[in-house]
Amino acid sequence: MKNRRDTGLIQNEPLIFEQGSEGRRGYSLPQWDIEEVEVNRLLPSHFLRKELEGFPQLSEMDVVRHFTRLSQWNYGVDNGFYPLGSCTMKYNPKINEEVARMKGFAHIHPYQPESLVQGILKLMVELGGFLSEITGMDQATLQPAAGAHGELTGMMMIRAALQARGEKRKRVLVPDTAHGTNCSTSTVASYQVVEIKSNERGVIPPRKIEELMDEEVAGIMVTNPNTLGFFEEHLAEIAEIVHRKGGFVYCDGANLNALMGIVKLGDLGVDMVHLNLHKTFSTPHGGGGPGSGPLAVKSELAPFLPVPVIEKEGETYRFNFDRPKSIGRIKAFYGNFGVALKAYAYIFSMGAEGLKRASEVAVLNANYLMKGLKGSFNLPYDRPCMHECVFTDRYQEKHHVSTLDIAKRLIDYGFHPPTIYFPLVVKGALMMEPTETEGKEELDRFIETMTAIAKEAEENPDLLRQAPTKVKVRRLDEVRAARKPKLRWSPNT
Amino acid sequence: MEFPEELLYSEDHEWVRDEANQVTIGITDYAQSQLKDIVYVDLPEIGSEYKKGESMGVVESVKTVADIFSPVTGNVLEKNLELKDHPEWVNTDPYGKGWLLRMELNEKEELKGLLSSKAYQGTLSEDS
Repeated sequence: MKNRRDTGLIQNEPLIFEQGSEGRRGYSLPQWDIEEVEVNRLLPSHFLRKELEGFPQLSEMDVVRHFTRLSQWNYGVDNGFYPLGSCTMKYNPKINEEVARMKGFAHIHPYQPESLVQGILKLMVELGGFLSEITGMDQATLQPAAGAHGELTGMMMIRAALQARGEKRKRVLVPDTAHGTNCSTSTVASYQVVEIKSNERGVIPPRKIEELMDEEVAGIMVTNPNTLGFFEEHLAEIAEIVHRKGGFVYCDGANLNALMGIVKLGDLGVDMVHLNLHKTFSTPHGGGGPGSGPLAVKSELAPFLPVPVIEKEGETYRFNFDRPKSIGRIKAFYGNFGVALKAYAYIFSMGAEGLKRASEVAVLNANYLMKGLKGSFNLPYDRPCMHECVFTDRYQEKHHVSTLDIAKRLIDYGFHPPTIYFPLVVKGALMMEPTETEGKEELDRFIETMTAIAKEAEENPDLLRQAPTKVKVRRLDEVRAARKPKLRWSPNT
Repeated sequence: MEFPEELLYSEDHEWVRDEANQVTIGITDYAQSQLKDIVYVDLPEIGSEYKKGESMGVVESVKTVADIFSPVTGNVLEKNLELKDHPEWVNTDPYGKGWLLRMELNEKEELKGLLSSKAYQGTLSEDS
């Protein structure tokens, strides 16, 4: 294996507030030909921020260097392997960026009249159609700004649909292997969460749903594949039980990367599903975002979709606001269009066969990783997985080394750590999702590294407890950061 | 790890002190050691009512977030406001300064469903 461990120089860089000098400017402006007026003569004093005292005065180059140097400390999917579980940190193809920067797209304005953005509207309708096709739904909205927002939109629609039937239900079922946002969403949508314990195979037992499902339950929120990386194999049966009592099935589609072109969630009785374009559909995640969490629904729920809905009349596309059952707007304008555009570019560049292949390789990669690490780390659910696999620190516990230490040690080897201590049903979890992005060489490098770390845990556990040692910032005091956070710079800090 | 004899315990790792018509509730030494450094405790409003087994708040550590399940049915009478500034007391003194809530006790019978110190420790060995 070629060594990719980092040994380079670390550039130090102070805070921007600690730099510059009095009077330094980025640009010199010509002499005023009018009298200069103090700002406090124009605005009431309570509108003026006094705490801006000490604001840095810098040249353009000072600023460029500052942020460029900071960027060197960063680690992204363009640097290397990024196996965060349930996050689908796949590569963001540069063709998406190229397309998003085309003038016709980049320079549009949300207030432009419909007649001047017909192509854009067509694209949005087509993307909604693709996402519906992939998930087995009938109609989609691109408005939600990210996954949890898609969930909230969905649960608000379920509430509206129940209200239209004259019903007010109280509870939502959420399995313990769902994403944490599912519980939060149900709560924000004013439902009480009833937790479902997964069984020994790591999936929802239908018997449990049969027991808990009644006319007071609005529905179930299922993450499929779930956070253990397993396909909810009884979903069709569960959906039937929920439907029989008049409830709805919400699917968190954040882990759709395992299923594209293979399973249509709609065929399993799912009524609505959100998709994370910034996961499955390769748009940037995190700092390069924003996200986008379109929601696709069955036709029964379509009347409740947020306004506006884009419709085609003859050859013309238009926004329809006249939808009396709609839950209303859930986002200013029409969603994060630039992100939707990149996902559209991705779908076109992959094609139907390509998307299916991506899912197949994502599942293959996760299983390759699982098999490769099985000897060195405890695998609590030992059976083939979907897009991600979950290990624990159980073998390392006797050396007084924890999941956190293993994760920190990975940083020393130049890898981003996986998701840790999640899902909560697994004690000391290390949750890894390689996605289809990585080739065999990188996966092998990761497996070799993890195997070496497991060996270090036995022979020299201090290496793990002290890690990371090779980065700019060593182990952070997470406790103090959480208990006494300093959220803002001040001249006295 | 300590599990005082005079307290009762739930399988969800809460301890309960029987004080005639009311109970004081906290999380056990085992629970705090599993959660590690606690950074935030979210407690319910005084006067809110909970059924036995319902989630009434959360304890948040750097590692994870855990629900606080009501070990009895009744109203919340008092909560430990000092935990707002000193969440670490749940770690350092789980049965003392780290208490969470006081609740009224309507159904004395419910206490019979809780575990003794010894029985609770028995559940822990199965856990790990």
